[in-house]
Amino acid sequence: MSLLSSIPRWLGGLVLGVVMAAAVQAQGNLEIDTPAIAALQQSMQKRHAQLEPLYAAGAVGLASDGTVALRDAASVPLAQRAQVTSAIAAENADRAALYREIARANSHPEWEGDVRRTFAQRWIDRAQPGWWVQQGGKWVKK
Amino acid sequence: MPVTSRLFLAAVLALSASACVTINIYFPAAAAEKAADRIIDEVWQLREGAVGAPASVPSQGETK
Repeated sequence: MSLLSSIPRWLGGLVLGVVMAAAVQAQGNLEIDTPAIAALQQSMQKRHAQLEPLYAAGAVGLASDGTVALRDAASVPLAQRAQVTSAIAAENADRAALYREIARANSHPEWEGDVRRTFAQRWIDRAQPGWWVQQGGKWVKK
Repeated sequence: MPVTSRLFLAAVLALSASACVTINIYFPAAAAEKAADRIIDEVWQLREGAVGAPASVPSQGETK
């Protein structure tokens, strides 16, 4: 009792403040409004016009590691295959940079893997019906 | 008494210091998911269309 009453009030306030700050940070937003992230986003958005029919045809699928992958090369006419391959490579480079930039924009470069995992799950969850996604190492049609 | 209260003070300070470290290491999964969704909306252009319902209508651009 006398121990409790001897704790200064300000100390209680300090502890409360620390706890509340933690709660605020936990619910806060991640910083994604940086020029680098906006540029990547725009580049990916532009490329999506090219990739969308490939997702729908099942040629390209959403992999479980947050990348896109050539799932069925046979469904791509030979003449277009090189083009598709380079679009996939460019998309994956943008995605890797995006995950890295988000982690960096939030002053936690070590979050890159977590950001990648979060995105991988969301790309797959939000894929359109008919698209192919990788689940448990297998390709599944949504 | 001063000894116990000083001990207590030290404990509280140690606790809040370790709390700060925990906060910095903790990955905000919910916030990351929200951020991912915002970016996916942009990249896949999902915002202008139906927000809740994924359109069951196949994309009209069946060019072949």
